[in-house]
Amino acid sequence: MRKVAIVGIGHLPFGNLSKFDLVDIMSFASSDALDDAGIRKDRKIIDQVFVANVGAAILNNQTGVASSLVSRIDLEPAMAETVENGPASGASAIKCGYMAIASGLADVVMVTGGEVMRSVSGWKATDFVAMLLHPEAEYDYGLTLPAFAGMFTRLYMERYGLTEEELALVAVKDHENASRNPYAHVPYPCTLEGIYASPDAGIVNNLLADPLRLYGMCPVSDGAASLILCALDSPKMKHFKKKPPIRISGIGSATDTHCIHYRKDPLELKAVALSAERAYKMAGLGPQDISFAELHDAFVILELAISEEVGFFKKGKAREAVKKGITRIDGKLPINTSGGLKAKGHPLGATGVSQVFELAKQLRGEAETGRQVKDPKHGMAVNFGGFGNNVVTTICSKE
Amino acid sequence: MIVDDFEKRLRPPELNLNPYPPKVITLASGEKMVVREVQRQESAALLETIFPLIGVVDDYYDIVAVRMYSEVLGWHRFRVANEFVLVGAIEGEIAGIVTSRCVDRKVGMSLHTLTIKRGLRVGAQLFAAKMEHHLEFLNQREVWIVAESPNGFRRWMIEYGLENAEDRYPEIRHELGGVPTYILTKEIFNKVRNEKVTGVRPVPPEVLSTADVLRVPEEYPQIPGYRRNRQKRSAT
Repeated sequence: MRKVAIVGIGHLPFGNLSKFDLVDIMSFASSDALDDAGIRKDRKIIDQVFVANVGAAILNNQTGVASSLVSRIDLEPAMAETVENGPASGASAIKCGYMAIASGLADVVMVTGGEVMRSVSGWKATDFVAMLLHPEAEYDYGLTLPAFAGMFTRLYMERYGLTEEELALVAVKDHENASRNPYAHVPYPCTLEGIYASPDAGIVNNLLADPLRLYGMCPVSDGAASLILCALDSPKMKHFKKKPPIRISGIGSATDTHCIHYRKDPLELKAVALSAERAYKMAGLGPQDISFAELHDAFVILELAISEEVGFFKKGKAREAVKKGITRIDGKLPINTSGGLKAKGHPLGATGVSQVFELAKQLRGEAETGRQVKDPKHGMAVNFGGFGNNVVTTICSKE
Repeated sequence: MIVDDFEKRLRPPELNLNPYPPKVITLASGEKMVVREVQRQESAALLETIFPLIGVVDDYYDIVAVRMYSEVLGWHRFRVANEFVLVGAIEGEIAGIVTSRCVDRKVGMSLHTLTIKRGLRVGAQLFAAKMEHHLEFLNQREVWIVAESPNGFRRWMIEYGLENAEDRYPEIRHELGGVPTYILTKEIFNKVRNEKVTGVRPVPPEVLSTADVLRVPEEYPQIPGYRRNRQKRSAT
């Protein structure tokens, strides 16, 4: 199989971008990636474009987004398809890009993820995301992703003794990282006193899905991110001399039951564990080799649960790692250096691409002051689709 | 002097409103925001704070800022009856402003809420403080409210569950723009009070003193790259 590298990265600040057209924001991030790769003039060397998006048809009244993007940034006659895999669409699109190159179908691939969700109210956006649940067994009963996350958190608390204070510490760490990330939707630091301990904390950090509070959940965000991938053995690599290539050393995905009630143990995220196992195997690495990670913390509980499923910590022990500062930027295993979905934001289709953007940025040593992991060698991203029913894990390494 | 006599006639009658007792709110950032009533002689700082936002189209800052500017100026020049202004200040720097007035002893009329420091629900806390003043310290029966932005509509009309008084027009008519008027009654307020109103009283003197002198913000998240030009112009 051919080796695949990231040779260009682009990102738009996440936030409320609803005044822009969806394809506009995707073209901004894509142009950023073309510039980063140094191929704006030579962009026709791109053979294939994969676009990650979930809600264009529903939220933006638009279909055929990949074709539209290719036309908008003058990439015709490149092949182009849209990839939809719920909140894991971004990483799935990267996986498609990887497969296209590894199989020899393409040499250079652009992967762009984008979403404009703030064109509708927060309630409508939550309802739209809930459409990925089982229509009859879950959605029709009013279940939403925050509701599932609340129940998951409660069960985790009961089994492992997790406290609200420990959950708040995850948010504090994520916001600290986001405050140094120019692409973050919520680039404001928060403190344990402000969101947990003060007499005002109950209102400032109000309860949304018991026991999850405002600071336990990601915002509804708009945004776009883009990557350019190239086969390391391709003659076209000569175009990419501007930045060091970052290799995608492992990529794996896995599925689990659509209905959560079919799972023997709702706290067991089998698809996370299996996708990570597949990615580790491809990369020839294990959890001990990972220098830092971007984990899909749409809800802060997921940062803890995913970090355990991928083997960083034993079950129920991630909270201790957070308390000891192990997952901070200056800790032994920094997690969500970008601020995570929690504070950087979660524009569905863009999220998985943005996570790998962060891996590449860190591995190049280009992260902002105070946010750069010290001498990282391998980074891992876990993009979590559904409530853990379709998960993609990507490992990137310095070439 | 005839001018003074006219001026007296131009000034509206006043109800002698009860003062708003200051409080301090710990924000998510851990910062302490003092919420207190502003005195007329402090209006210059407010006007200077509001002015740059008049040019910000996003999130309807333009219309809110321009209307609030006129409300504060009108209050300063004694052209609005029974108005009060509350401010949220962090280490003295103005983080948000709310304006409101009383129609009579029983009915309040909420004017505007302007958030300068974003991402910390400063606006929501100040709006709640304004309602607290109307219904608890001024002991009014109800407050008439309109929204001029989708954010406002979501935060006030929906989250507070305000009573829609559209069908009682023109008996109930807010002064702003003729848009539908909603009402916050004491009963509705009491239902949501514990989820909306926060802050601690009395404010420790050392914290309260940080807001003795209001400082105008030097930067605005709404205006990237903005720097206030404080160079004094020559009198000539």
